[in-house]
Amino acid sequence: MKWKVLEKSKIPVLIEELTREYEVFAPVKKNSLVSFERVSSGNEIYLGFQNTKKPPKEVFFPQTEILFTYRVGKKGVEIEEHPAPRRKRVLLGVRSCDARSFVLLDKVFSSGEYKDLYYLEKRKNTTIVGLACNHPLSTCFCTSMGGSPFGKEGVDLLLQELNGKYLLEAVTERGMELIEKFPWLMDAEKGDIEKAKRLFEDAERAIRSKVSVEGVSEKLDRMFDDPMWDQIHQKCVGCAVCTYLCPTCCCFDILDEGTNEGKRVRIWDTCQSPLFTLEGSGHNPRPSGKERMRQRIMHKFDYVVKNFGEGFCVGCGRCIRECPVNLDIREIVKKISTWQV
Amino acid sequence: MSNPYIPNLAVIRKIITENEVNDIKTFELVFQDPEAMKNFKYRCGQFAEISVFGAGECPIGIASSPTDEDCIQFTVKKVGVVTTALHNCEEGTVVGVRGPFGNGFPLERMEGRNVVIVGGGFAFTTLRSLIKFILHDANRDRFKDVMVVYGARNPGELIYKYDLEAWGKRDDISLNVTIDSAVPSWTGRVGFVPAVLKEVAPSSSNATAVVCGPPIMIRFTMPVLNELGFPHEDVFLSLEMRMKCGIGKCGRCNIGEKFVCKDGPVFAYKELQMMPKEY
Repeated sequence: MKWKVLEKSKIPVLIEELTREYEVFAPVKKNSLVSFERVSSGNEIYLGFQNTKKPPKEVFFPQTEILFTYRVGKKGVEIEEHPAPRRKRVLLGVRSCDARSFVLLDKVFSSGEYKDLYYLEKRKNTTIVGLACNHPLSTCFCTSMGGSPFGKEGVDLLLQELNGKYLLEAVTERGMELIEKFPWLMDAEKGDIEKAKRLFEDAERAIRSKVSVEGVSEKLDRMFDDPMWDQIHQKCVGCAVCTYLCPTCCCFDILDEGTNEGKRVRIWDTCQSPLFTLEGSGHNPRPSGKERMRQRIMHKFDYVVKNFGEGFCVGCGRCIRECPVNLDIREIVKKISTWQV
Repeated sequence: MSNPYIPNLAVIRKIITENEVNDIKTFELVFQDPEAMKNFKYRCGQFAEISVFGAGECPIGIASSPTDEDCIQFTVKKVGVVTTALHNCEEGTVVGVRGPFGNGFPLERMEGRNVVIVGGGFAFTTLRSLIKFILHDANRDRFKDVMVVYGARNPGELIYKYDLEAWGKRDDISLNVTIDSAVPSWTGRVGFVPAVLKEVAPSSSNATAVVCGPPIMIRFTMPVLNELGFPHEDVFLSLEMRMKCGIGKCGRCNIGEKFVCKDGPVFAYKELQMMPKEY
C-alpha cells in the first residue's frame, strides 16, 4: 500500500534505520536557523520549520564543489578527478516548492550535448522525501508558479503532517521501495487520507498571493529596451541574496585554489555581481544594476521558458523575505503584466 | 559518459611573440596523450578552455586550422589573470585544454561561394584559422574568390606576419592589409578597416562575409557590407563574452536565451539583429 502512517515519536527510529543504508540529509536547527545538513542520528532533525533560509539545492549543487585536484611537479601535471559521491542518499523534509526546483535544475544540468555529472550523479542516487506545507507564509506563491503546498513534483515520498503523526504517500517507485524497507510502518486509514486532503485544501486557501505569469514571457520579449528597467532596479543594493537563496538559481564560477598543488572548484556565482560579465578588456555588457536586474527577471520568466518550456520560479518567496530593501518579485511580475509597452 | 570539466593535458611546444608590444603570443600545443590529439576534432571558429593550473581557465579561439594535424595553436593577448599566467609560461610547460566548444564558422554554407574575410586587431585569430583552412590544397577548390581585409593600429600590431607574407605571394587570395595611420616604415595601405573594405568593394554576389574585430570596427563595417549588398544572412560575426564552463551551464555568456559558448560564438548578422543588444 502506498499510504502509511508514522507516529511523530518514531521519526528518530526511522532516521536511525535510514542512516544505516543511506547518507541522510535533513533539516537541522542551529540557534534559530534551520538548514539541510547531513545527519547521523534521529535526534538531530527538526521538522517544525516553515521553510529553511537556504534552499536544499546545496545537496546536489554545493556552494563550493571540487571538480578535480591537480599537482604541478617537475615531470608535468597530474590531475585527479573528484567524482560525485556514489553513496545512496535520502534528502528528507523538502517542501514541495523546493522539490519542484530540482525538476527545473535537472533541465539545466542534463540538457544539451554536455552532461553535468557532478550534479546528475548525486541526483540519481538520492531519494527525496518531501514535507507538505500545512501553513504557507504570506510570501508564498507556489500556486501561481505551477506548484502547490502539497505538490508531488520532484518528490519520491511525501510526508503530510496530521495530528501527532505523519501520513506517508509513496509518489514514485523509488518512494515505494523506501517505505517497503520499514515493515513496521502502519497502513494509513481512510480517515487519515481524508484528513490530509482537507489540510491540503486549507493550505491552498491560505495562499493569498496570486501572480499571473500568463503572457509574461511574450511581453518580456518586447520589453528589453523598455524604460521600466530604469525604474525597478533603483532601490536594489546589489547584495545578490535573491540569487544565492533562490532554489532555481544555479549560475557558477570555476576557479583554481592553490598554486602548485590545488583544486579546481566551482562556486555559486550571481548575475547580480558586476564581475559576473566583466571581460578582460574592461568591457562589461551588463555594467549597471539596470542590466543585471533585467537579466535576473528575463532569465527566470522569459529565457528559460524558451529553452526549457517553463519559468524558473517556484514561488518559495525567499527572495522576498530576505531582500534588505523589500523588493518583491511578485510586484515586478505584476508590473510587467500590466505595463504598457 | 565523459566528464566535460576535466581538461586534457598538453605541452607548450613553441611560443611565438606576435606583436611589437609583446602582449600577444601564439602558443603551439601538443596533447600529451596521442589519442587526445586525434580526438580533438575541431572546426574553424571554435574555441577551447585553456587551463594554467593554479591560475584558472579561460576561453580562447583556436588559431590553427583543422588541416594542421600535429598541433593546435592559440593566440593570446595578455589581459587578465589566466592570460598573464599563460604569458609567463615557458616552452615545455604543461597546460590543460577542454574543448573544442562552440559552433564555428558555417563552412558548408561558404562552399562554392566567394568568401570575404574582414578582421581587425587581435580578433584576427579564428579568421586566420579559416584562411589557412580555405587556402589548404585539399580545400581551396571548394571555395571561389577569397578576399581578406585585415587591419591593425600600426605595423607592429599586425599579427601572423609570417602568414601575411606567404599569403601575399599567392594569386588565389586578395589580401588587403592596412594600418590605422601612416608611419614612415610602412608602404602598404593606410586607413581604417571599414574604409578599406569600401574601397576594395568586394562583390556581394554569391558571397559570404565573415567579420571579427573590436566593436567599433564592427559598427562601421556593417553599413559598408550593407551598401555592398550583402544580405544579412550571409554575414557572420564571432562574438566574445565572459565565459567559464564553455558548455552552456554556468549561465554567464547568454544574450537573451542564446548562449555564446554553445549557440555561438558565430552568429549570422540576421540572427544578431533579432537578439537583445547586450554584448
